[in-house]
Amino acid sequence: MLTLDPADLRDLLVRPRVGELLVNTVGLLVGAVALSVVLGVGCAWVVERTDLPGTRGWHALFAAPLAVPAFVSSYGWVSVTHAVQSYAGAVLVVSLSYFPLVYLPVVAALRGLDPALEEVAHSLRQSRAATFWRVILPGVRPAVLGGALLVGLHVLAEFGALQTLGFPTFTTAIYDSYRSSFNSGSANVLASVLVLGCLLLLLGELRLRGSRSLSRVGGGSSRPVEPMPLGRAGFGVLTAAALLAVLALGVPVASLVRWLVVGSSTAFPVAELATATATSIALAAAAAVLVTAMAVPVAWLAVRHRGALSTLVERCTYVGHALPGIVVALALVAVSIRLVRPLYQTVPLLLVAYAILFLPRALVSVRSSLELAAPVLEDVARSLGTGTAATLRRVTLPVIAPGLGAGAALVFLAVSTELTATLLLAPIGAGTLATEFWSNSSAVRYGAAAPYALLLITLSVPATYLLGRQARVRP
Amino acid sequence: MSSVSVRSLGKGFGGRTVLDGIDLDVPHGQLMAVLGPSGCGKTTLLRIIAGFLAPDAGAVTLDGSVVAGGRRPVPPQHRRVGYVPQEGALFPHLSAGGNIMFGLPRRDRGEDRLAELLELVELPADVAAAHPHQLSGGQQQRVALARALAPRPRVVLLDEPFSSLDAALRENAGRAVSRVLRAAGTTAILVTHDQGEALSLADQVAVMRAGRLAQVAAPVDLYHDPADVEVATFVGGACVLPARVHGGYATCLLGDLPLHPVRGATETAPRGGAGEVGVAGSAPGADGLVHVVVRPEQILLGAADGAPARAVVSEVGFYGHDATVRLRVEGADPVTLVARVSSDGVPAVGDRVGLSARGPVRTYR
Repeated sequence: MLTLDPADLRDLLVRPRVGELLVNTVGLLVGAVALSVVLGVGCAWVVERTDLPGTRGWHALFAAPLAVPAFVSSYGWVSVTHAVQSYAGAVLVVSLSYFPLVYLPVVAALRGLDPALEEVAHSLRQSRAATFWRVILPGVRPAVLGGALLVGLHVLAEFGALQTLGFPTFTTAIYDSYRSSFNSGSANVLASVLVLGCLLLLLGELRLRGSRSLSRVGGGSSRPVEPMPLGRAGFGVLTAAALLAVLALGVPVASLVRWLVVGSSTAFPVAELATATATSIALAAAAAVLVTAMAVPVAWLAVRHRGALSTLVERCTYVGHALPGIVVALALVAVSIRLVRPLYQTVPLLLVAYAILFLPRALVSVRSSLELAAPVLEDVARSLGTGTAATLRRVTLPVIAPGLGAGAALVFLAVSTELTATLLLAPIGAGTLATEFWSNSSAVRYGAAAPYALLLITLSVPATYLLGRQARVRP
Repeated sequence: MSSVSVRSLGKGFGGRTVLDGIDLDVPHGQLMAVLGPSGCGKTTLLRIIAGFLAPDAGAVTLDGSVVAGGRRPVPPQHRRVGYVPQEGALFPHLSAGGNIMFGLPRRDRGEDRLAELLELVELPADVAAAHPHQLSGGQQQRVALARALAPRPRVVLLDEPFSSLDAALRENAGRAVSRVLRAAGTTAILVTHDQGEALSLADQVAVMRAGRLAQVAAPVDLYHDPADVEVATFVGGACVLPARVHGGYATCLLGDLPLHPVRGATETAPRGGAGEVGVAGSAPGADGLVHVVVRPEQILLGAADGAPARAVVSEVGFYGHDATVRLRVEGADPVTLVARVSSDGVPAVGDRVGLSARGPVRTYR
């Protein structure tokens, strides 16, 4: 794809601008991942292991930021204070948006962690704090690492929020250079650096995760944990949790509402809002069905026919996990313009981008549900006189249906809030809620953008609720 | 006529032989236990009979029709075998009632049949609406059995069905399953590694070892007349002692013990075992030496004076109904024996006791 000679390549790569982007991107990555891990693990521990009143409500509040896309919450913050247009502001706003990506898997891991381990540690005269460091944290390490990786990949791919916050990183620079000059050489070089960063992150997580199995020993039944009494610290914890909820949800939603009510540019063009909503729903639903259907055979191969080839197929799909939307979009733009011109800026090409980007998310759900559908169930069904097709219909599909639903919901959520690839690939005139919001808010018509943001959040709530509920299901 | 008949069955996985020339007949309405340590091939045998695996050699016949090893293997869904795997494997998306009715054609799924099956497996009627995760382990097992019995199978295959239950439940569940199978008049094969389960539940026990059947016998015959020393030690506790045979007696350190009469109804000849059927078990070797198997309850403790052997008690395990006593026999060549005594005559650790034995023994080379 690159038609640059080495000298041009060096000129594009080695320049002060790239150095500045590198410092910004790495700095934001480290800061946001660290803050998200602290917030995510802390909240998960408080919800799962202490006697904080109203656990269910707090769980819902800590999962809820997922329903507010980062570019919407940064719009909310910017319209409150311009102080967030800085490194510290960017770290804060991005972390407040993404810490649920750590929180949810850690809650699920804490639920699955045998409380007897902690009781044994206490009986061996370990303090609460020592137990947390020496038993709980190692036990939930895979979940923490997985969540941190997700946050890292999201930060590297984040475009809308950082553009709003005026904090340039590789992703925003790629977009700018593509939009300003259609200079694909510069954009491609920057994109290559970005992909390299994503792959390094992926490898780093694999290294850190290691190969130790953390499964439970023995088949004893797991009891609910005796929650730790917070005592006098309770008030402080309650205040901190409330503050976090206000920062992550209260500020963006309040400023959204303020714009709706008092914004001078606020308008409710019902027809346009309805069209954008319908486009968003149609695209998200089509992608959810397509991507979930694609995930089934891959998951089937990976679970039931383990081998070198099936592992390779599965791993290949995970590359999409590490690719920022902007990179996939640029690649598809280049491919369609050169090879299949009629596909450029059409819905099928957009769906291809969604499939590349979001197949891994569907795969995780479908795979884990297939692992639960033990082959012995199919054996039993066949011994009861059921044929292959009927076994699929009466046993396998009903058993994996929750996994298929969760996978589809994840894809739906991701597509309805996707901005970057949609901006670059959507057919002319086909605006989604996200792109309509974006074109209004980047033109500083904050009031006009508000109804789109509200609809976007409304659309994301059911899928977020599903994710939140899933994390607290006892394994 | 045998309900299940297995002939010269062979199966290997990647060059490793798992089943080697298995011959097994289960008469109609009987419960056959296949007993063996883990990895002996017993589950593979079960899966071949069910049709989930195809044998490399040999044939399987159900009620006179060849289902494997014939011209075309019959797929599992057309074999009419009931299958109860470990932990029951109930369909998680269906209620207990939905599970039980699963294998019946739509027109036969009635309240009456469901009630009848629940009664058969001794479950209350309100269990039908419960979902598997709301049932206890024992209840799940009974629902799985009812599900297997619902389409009136030719044979029910049970693969270690009680291994996930805790010890207290296991015996009750086992008794209940055997009662249900007898009430339904169904032929059944129970695969297990628990010798107590096999002996107490089954009509016949097939002892399996490294892909071969070592002995097939009724539980009483298996225990009192094992085919070889390995079967003897696998099925129940056993002390193997060197002995010399003369005139219908075996002389060992516990004194002169009468030899077992002609081997009873255990006609199935084992392969490669010491299987000669004779008046007194195996003929002695050239030096006149044989081994005898003495069961723990055959060993008697008494006063040290005048007994054939003396020993010091090194360990006592008290079970309430009886007790096991580990004994270190005095002599040049220290031997350790285990005796089972009734609970009112338990010695203390360190006591010096006299040993003798009662009852006939069998000799092995």
